[in-house]
Amino acid sequence: MRDHKPAFTKESDNRAVTEHPSTARLTWFTFAAPARFYALAGALAPACGIAAVLFALAGLWIGFFVAPTDAQQGEVYRIIFIHVPAAWMSMLLYVAMAFWAAMGWFLNARMASILARAIAPTGALFTLLALWTGSAWGRPAWGTWWVWDARLTSELILLFLYLGYLALVAAIDDTRRADKAGALLAIVGVVNVPVIYFSVIWWNTLHQSATISFGSTPKMASTMLWAMLLMTLACWAYAFAVIFVRARAIVLEREGTNAWARALLARGMAATAVDLRTGAR
Amino acid sequence: MIWHDANEFFSMGGHGLYVWGSYGAMAVLLAVEAVLVVLRHRTARAAAVDEAVAADLEAAEAARTSGARP
Repeated sequence: MRDHKPAFTKESDNRAVTEHPSTARLTWFTFAAPARFYALAGALAPACGIAAVLFALAGLWIGFFVAPTDAQQGEVYRIIFIHVPAAWMSMLLYVAMAFWAAMGWFLNARMASILARAIAPTGALFTLLALWTGSAWGRPAWGTWWVWDARLTSELILLFLYLGYLALVAAIDDTRRADKAGALLAIVGVVNVPVIYFSVIWWNTLHQSATISFGSTPKMASTMLWAMLLMTLACWAYAFAVIFVRARAIVLEREGTNAWARALLARGMAATAVDLRTGAR
Repeated sequence: MIWHDANEFFSMGGHGLYVWGSYGAMAVLLAVEAVLVVLRHRTARAAAVDEAVAADLEAAEAARTSGARP
């Protein structure tokens, strides 16, 4: 019974096993194949998750126990340590989503479209968090939860772009058609990202100007800066971990019946069976 | 140390609701998202395994009824 082969290995599956990614030569397109990406993302996701927790612990420690009280704003300024990273991530993830959606459309690359879809919910979440934390900061600092100024309005439009993308791709049954329609929306929406970024320069906004910008010294104490940068790294690592896992799920949802996926799942089940046997001893 | 006691830390200069409301929302939403993606991946993997087993059983059944030895 122990020598019984897993139920679903066929000749074609064995071929997929022998062509395992680790034996292939690395090129720019190596991880464009969903089978290879699946393996790579599976290895990287836990490491990114651990890095996110460690960066967050360090950032929170410095943010709450080392960084001094702000001379003007008192303690409430400490919202900056999550507000700014969340706002950066919301813009960055949108550009990344639009880039991969465009790659998936123009090069007809399946994995690129999957990545765009995997990025969208996390981007929408960071946009929501940027608005939420900004609102909680605006109330004590400006005396209002919300104001229709250029920075806040353009960030709200970003949230609607994410939600529009998610609704559009969910509404079209044909996967590849949905990818292309979503790509069009994502690409058109990119124009909003520089509007958000430069809104505090182009218009006279209630929102304060950039805390950190290229070519100028940061307008904050170095411990505050460190806390913000560590929290940004935590958000990056978190986003990578979550997006990798979601991309793996989408790969299986789309290609789970393909030969490579069956071979991989069969190997996984055999490994689990060995674990169970050794654990029983 | 900036804080003299825990009370001072949690009150955040009278703005505790805003500060902890922000950090709390961030922690809860990110944790929920992390759990949801892991569950989604597990569901997708289980569905793929089920489909593979069903396909093999079907193939075995077809082979048996056609009289061929597997």
